[in-house]
Amino acid sequence: MLGLGVDRLRADMNRLLAMLFHQGVLDEQFLQLQQLQDESSPNFVSEVVNIYFQESEKLLRNLRELLMDKEFSDYKKMGIHLNQFIGSSSSIGAKRLRNVCVAFRAASEQHNRTGCLRALELLEHDYCYLKNKLHELFQIEQQRILAAGVRYPIQQIN
Amino acid sequence: MARNGVVSWRRRSELDGLDLSPMSNSGEAHVLAVDDSLVDRTVIERLLRISSCKVTAVDSGFRALQFLGLDEEDKSSSVGFDGLKVDLIITDYCMPGMTGYELLKKIKESSTLKEIPVVIMSSENVLARIDRCLEEGAEDFIVKPVKLSDVKRLKDYMTKDAGGVEESGINKRKLREPSEQPPSPPSILPLSPTSSLSSPPLSSASSLSVPSSPTSLDSPITRLKMTNSD
Repeated sequence: MLGLGVDRLRADMNRLLAMLFHQGVLDEQFLQLQQLQDESSPNFVSEVVNIYFQESEKLLRNLRELLMDKEFSDYKKMGIHLNQFIGSSSSIGAKRLRNVCVAFRAASEQHNRTGCLRALELLEHDYCYLKNKLHELFQIEQQRILAAGVRYPIQQIN
Repeated sequence: MARNGVVSWRRRSELDGLDLSPMSNSGEAHVLAVDDSLVDRTVIERLLRISSCKVTAVDSGFRALQFLGLDEEDKSSSVGFDGLKVDLIITDYCMPGMTGYELLKKIKESSTLKEIPVVIMSSENVLARIDRCLEEGAEDFIVKPVKLSDVKRLKDYMTKDAGGVEESGINKRKLREPSEQPPSPPSILPLSPTSSLSSPPLSSASSLSVPSSPTSLDSPITRLKMTNSD
């Protein structure tokens, strides 16, 4: 029975990942991160992703603060935040967020405040989606570890 | 013992059967990674560790220079390194304060540090930027996100490896003339794992070949062209 549970959970993980790939939310860099996880670093992916979440939320707050300011004009500063967001998103394979940030940056370079606001809303929405889905993924993974008992390493997703 | 003395730092992929650990005093390469992004530092550190490198990760060019003993305050750069010798420096290009390019220049201007190979990383693949870095003496330019295959290629540049100088020349040549064939790699011989342990013929270049230099698919410029066509 334990075996069946593990298999079903692995299938759930695979299905969720496949969906995120299909939606263009994640790309192969996320798989690269999974390949870096092993017995010596068993929580690598969730560690990196959690750092990414912390940094992203700070960046999103900064971006919103900048844009909410009626006197806002510091597009250069906004560009710096966006470059950081683009870089870290690409490093973990968050393809959709990266693309939204690139569009955001284009609007910022044109000093298009309305475009920036729209992009920020889209960014916040997509960020929430990604965070929820990755939490779901990590939860399934934790369940699978429990179900598998001492069986290790975590199976790589192909 | 003679066996380990000859094969100490040859590419491990050829010598899977041999235990190299007695030489590990200088066995693992030490890489200094410079990036202001904590996410990227975490990833690059893991990529390097999993590729059997010792890693020191810092968040700015200033801290990198501090670590290398090349402070602003301490002009006498003969002080040397903070403990471990550095075999490779890998740095992000876009950093606040000192860019990776400025860090590269400072390293290449230093008599004590200029021999250390420097690799630049950037999420933007701007050819002018790449050219500028290579002209300033960078060994290679990696477009982010950095992957395991990129790091495996880096091991060719580490100063521990005598083949490193040739390899970097090959990549630079590939940048200028993509159609040119790379020269055959140097035929420094490791011991064949199956041969007897007594006096190997070091002069003969027969059956053993050093793994070839990176294929054109792995060269930074080809990879850039591939991504540009997306």
